[in-house]
Amino acid sequence: MTPLLQVEGVSKHYGAHLGCGDVTFTLWPGEVMGIVGESGSGKSTLLNCMAGHLAPDAGRVVFDTRMHGPRDTVTMTEAERRWLARTDWAFVHQNPRDGLRMNVSAGGNVGERLMAVGARHYGDIRAQAQDWLGRVEIDAGRMDERPRAFSGGMQQRLQIARNLVTGPRLVFMDEPTGGLDVSVQARLLDLLRGLVRKLGLSAVIVTHDLAVVRLLADRVMVMKDGRVVEQGLTDQVLDDPQHAYTQLLVSSVLQV
Amino acid sequence: MIEISDVGKRFVLHNQGGVVLPVMAGASLHVGRGECVALTGASGAGKSTLMRMIWGNYRCDEGSIRVAGLELCGAQARDVLALRRGTLGYVSQFLRVIPRVPALQIVAEPLLAQGIEEDAALMRARDLLARLNIPQRLWSISPTTFSGGEQQRVNIARGFIQDWPVMLLDEPTASLDAANRAVVLDLILEAKARGAAILGIFHDTGARDAVCDREVDMGAFLPGRAAA
Ligand SMILES: Nc1ncnc2c1ncn2[C@@H]1O[C@H](COP(=O)(O)OP(=O)(O)OP(=O)(O)O)[C@@H](O)[C@H]1O
Ligand SMILES: Nc1ncnc2c1ncn2[C@@H]1O[C@H](COP(=O)(O)OP(=O)(O)OP(=O)(O)O)[C@@H](O)[C@H]1O
Ligand SMILES: [Mg+2]
Ligand SMILES: [Mg+2]
Repeated sequence: MTPLLQVEGVSKHYGAHLGCGDVTFTLWPGEVMGIVGESGSGKSTLLNCMAGHLAPDAGRVVFDTRMHGPRDTVTMTEAERRWLARTDWAFVHQNPRDGLRMNVSAGGNVGERLMAVGARHYGDIRAQAQDWLGRVEIDAGRMDERPRAFSGGMQQRLQIARNLVTGPRLVFMDEPTGGLDVSVQARLLDLLRGLVRKLGLSAVIVTHDLAVVRLLADRVMVMKDGRVVEQGLTDQVLDDPQHAYTQLLVSSVLQV
Repeated sequence: MIEISDVGKRFVLHNQGGVVLPVMAGASLHVGRGECVALTGASGAGKSTLMRMIWGNYRCDEGSIRVAGLELCGAQARDVLALRRGTLGYVSQFLRVIPRVPALQIVAEPLLAQGIEEDAALMRARDLLARLNIPQRLWSISPTTFSGGEQQRVNIARGFIQDWPVMLLDEPTASLDAANRAVVLDLILEAKARGAAILGIFHDTGARDAVCDREVDMGAFLPGRAAA
């Protein structure tokens, strides 16, 4: 089996300040990787380097493309990266406003992604959009409303539908449950968990919430000051943490 | 199917002055096909710790733990995940409930994760829940609100839904009444009969005698003991 994503020695500085340093890991098809760590530890920086939103200063991000097999996304052309972002990749932002078009209807938000990869038949697009709204538990009757009218949890579910409708193979998520109430979070997590399993998706999820990684991630990486201090099986890292920082992180929350 | 030799374990508490707690040394045992072996020893002897190391939940720092040929000490996360999917089953002492996920789904999950058809997986889950006397009205709700014994039976149903070649059982009969205890003992005997290698912790000596072929005393692998 070929790894889906191989991150090798990725570093990113902001001027003299380290964003993330020398990160290496391999993600296999169907695996969910969590990235945890305190605020400012470099989680979003790393995710953005992997998803092609930021250019790392050093290192390789090798993705197993559908068409051409493993390719370094750092050195490919901007046009190639944009194509990956529309097809094989999905990116779920913490703030749904960053991932949705707020003045386009819910159905349009989902349909637009399909059109970006060449779908043209109006009826098919609408039917697929409707199917996806159903999967994320948004009532079909609200298809023509704009997301502005939706609650935060609904907007986040819409963003997920928009991202998954094109059948991506790798989903990047940055604090997908961040701005939501606890009860809304639980519903969203449950939905994500079901989708990841049913679709056999691979995902990289950034979160500061250990309960989220416990629920969703097979493996976890712990970051501190831009460096990975520990990584491994999620339940092993959480239940038998080796590094002082991970022990602190785990002991500072109530049972997860 | 389980081969353990010279396993040691210590915990280093970095945030409590770097205290080092050695909890196990020189642990060795083996469990063959169709065999049930009991881990015994006083509270704190390391029974659950060893079981967690076999499951890959605790890291193995010393010695060798092989399950169905896979060396777990130093194993890749990916290989441990594959072992858990297809070979190794684990009934933990307590069910980890997930809000909003119904009991039936929790039980069926190991089969679904293997790619088995949803209908077939749910049918088997219903059979086991019925056999373990979980009232049908509870099947479609999350076990969050279940009693301790009900949660434990959901956990057992989940643990026995697949014909795992190797099984780990941590107190499977604790908090069960006589009728349900008998069902669990039958499940264990059936698993043995089909060739499963089972390692269990049973405080209930009656249950232990009914299903286990041998005992291994974890007290013999306490660090002070091994050095002496
Ligand atoms: N555009 C930027 N310019 C300068 N410094 C930046 C920039 N973006 C991030 N940083 C700095 O890099 C470090 C890592 O930031 P990053 O956003 O990756 O952290 P994070 O782990 O995602 O934190 P949070 O949990 O708060 O989102 C921080 O010290 C941050 O201040
Ligand atoms: N995560 C951990 N961190 C630190 N110490 C631990 C951890 N897990 C277990 N221990 C210690 O390891 C020792 C063995 O514990 P374990 O839970 O394996 O005992 P046990 O034989 O299962 O006991 P019981 O019969 O009470 O369940 C104990 O001293 C315990 O405090
Ligand atoms: Mg961030
Ligand atoms: Mg125990």
